[in-house]
Amino acid sequence: MTLSTDRLLELYRQLVLIRQFELRAIDERRQGLIPGFIHPYIGEEACAVGACAALRRDDVITSTHRGHGHLIAKGGDVRYMMAELAAREAGYCRGKGGSLHMTDFDLGILGANGIVAGGIPMAVGAALAFKMQGAPNGAGLRVALAFFGDGATNQGAFHEALNLAGLWRLPVVFFCENNQYGEGTPQHKQAPITQLSKRAESYAMPGVTVDGNDVLAVYEATRQAVERARRGDGPSFIEGVTYRYRGHYEGDPQVYRSREEVERWQARDPIPRFRRTLVERGIAEEQIEEVEGQVLTLIEEAVAFARSSPPARPEDALSGVYGDHHNGAAF
Amino acid sequence: MRTLTYSEAINEALREEMARDPSVFIMGEDVGVMGGVFGVTQGLIQQFGDARVRDTPISEAGIVGAALGAAMMGMRPVVEIMFGDFLGCAGDQIINQVAKARYMSGGKARVPLTIRVTTGAPGAAAAQHSQSPESWFMNVPGIKIVAPATPADAKGLLKSAIRGEDPVLFFEHKMLYAARGAVPEGDYVVEFGRANVLREGYDVTIIAIGGMVPHALAAADALAAGSPAISCEVIDPRTLVPLDAPTLIASVKKTGRAVIAHEAHKRSGPGAEIAAVLAEHAVDYLDAPIRRVAAKNVPLPYAPSLEQFVLPGKHDIVAAVKEVLR
Ligand SMILES: Cc1ncc(C[n+]2csc(CCOP(=O)(O)OP(=O)(O)O)c2C)c(N)n1
Ligand SMILES: [Mg+2]
Repeated sequence: MTLSTDRLLELYRQLVLIRQFELRAIDERRQGLIPGFIHPYIGEEACAVGACAALRRDDVITSTHRGHGHLIAKGGDVRYMMAELAAREAGYCRGKGGSLHMTDFDLGILGANGIVAGGIPMAVGAALAFKMQGAPNGAGLRVALAFFGDGATNQGAFHEALNLAGLWRLPVVFFCENNQYGEGTPQHKQAPITQLSKRAESYAMPGVTVDGNDVLAVYEATRQAVERARRGDGPSFIEGVTYRYRGHYEGDPQVYRSREEVERWQARDPIPRFRRTLVERGIAEEQIEEVEGQVLTLIEEAVAFARSSPPARPEDALSGVYGDHHNGAAF
Repeated sequence: MRTLTYSEAINEALREEMARDPSVFIMGEDVGVMGGVFGVTQGLIQQFGDARVRDTPISEAGIVGAALGAAMMGMRPVVEIMFGDFLGCAGDQIINQVAKARYMSGGKARVPLTIRVTTGAPGAAAAQHSQSPESWFMNVPGIKIVAPATPADAKGLLKSAIRGEDPVLFFEHKMLYAARGAVPEGDYVVEFGRANVLREGYDVTIIAIGGMVPHALAAADALAAGSPAISCEVIDPRTLVPLDAPTLIASVKKTGRAVIAHEAHKRSGPGAEIAAVLAEHAVDYLDAPIRRVAAKNVPLPYAPSLEQFVLPGKHDIVAAVKEVLR
């Protein structure tokens, strides 16, 4: 399917926004604005952007510890994200969650997750609800999409979730970001297969492997999977092959891989690559630069917003534990 | 005596036990090439090879269950689970398999299995990387629960765990890894079920667990220097299961007051069991109600200002001691 110039530029805007957000977060963490750990998504942007481009606003995603990119691609507001990282009350989780737990139900973001594979069964459950609730006036079923890493496919929760989804033909898309490492352990030392989309077969769903650094390839694969889910034909599995350029977490000494390997992958950086595609498709340089400029403004605004927001108040720690008891207060 | 960090002491215990007994081996996520996310197993893969220092996939249930099977067949596995929070992923294997195998089999199964796991809040790590899950498993008979507070105890207790006949959950506090202390060289073994009286005193007994031990000692120093000076007895149970009840009871009978400090949540934390034991055996000697200093009953928040509000510290211990002495 061909996308309009506006849509192409929107994809590019999101790619650059994720990249710049992560670079700035790394910097602000060093400067002390951000107290917690972060797992940068740099290098993997095409996965989140391509996949979320195939979703509707009322579709939902579950995310991971490396979740900033997923949030932005699903429409997350970088001001609230930066404020959350800075532990401010105005942040997405009022400072209670931080990087690992950012959530926005209005945008269908059911949460980043601190537990590897923790979000996958949740996506299956959301899809179960969508199937039980039926399609709103012929628009097709709402769809849930679970993002997770290659490492997560070795968890029991992953296999149980896929089995349920296959068994019940649920409207869910499993999106595996194969960045070829789980922390410091390479993928080939974590599983006896390297093409992870093969895992789909035993759960009776189609599985494809795509170039996860090619945003249009990711979009096309996800679009097909989402259409299938909407029609009620059940789940799909997509493996996006990609690479993370930074350490597992910011500060990781990365003893487990060589510089040359990282450089080899940097030559396939999804962002300059897509920029070239835009130029090839006749989009003017000025238009591209305008988008890049807009992103930098957004980032500045996000940091300014975070800095000027009051810190979360200590007593607030005691609220929001329960839904219907003691007004939610701790006891 | 030479000093080591808590982390180095654990590394030394692992190294010595692996050299001593070829059936000892290590499994866990990133324990080999990376030397552990907290660096505790550094250098072991170089010395013992990747067959005995096994990097695993991210499969907590599989790792613990496989360690159980290997233990039953004569190996002595030492498993590392990166964060105590992830014990939930291995919950069934620990609770229904590992802990019960010996008993259910009428004593036929042997389970010499050590699960090393981190505990406590490292700071701004939020609700799934900060918990102190010791007491989740205190209600499960069949598994021993250890919480060393000093480098020497870390070494000596780990050796006991590895050499013992039973499954052990060995809780290493993240904020203690860099703590330094004297550690005996060579074969230093600390028996389970023996509390450590770290400081003698007569006004109040402070029972502190794991990461709260340094805070308790600092509180005792501050209280001794106050006016009027308060004399605190500080005791570290070291193992929660088995618990050295006689030492705790004797101390409380002497001082007449008890403050129990741990980083786990207050409700049903280890202090609940300890307080019940003291009440059962020493209630007539108590001059004040038993106080627990613990994390508030909320998930651990990310923001440092909230986190500090939720977590217990030295000042909470000081306040609790003053309260029981009022
Ligand atoms: C249950 C569980 N085990 C271990 C961890 C520690 N951990 C955090 S991220 C990670 C690696 C995850 O690898 P992958 O799924 O490939 O995602 P990536 O980090 O490569 O994006 C590990 C082991 C965790 N958070 N949860
Ligand atoms: Mg990975």
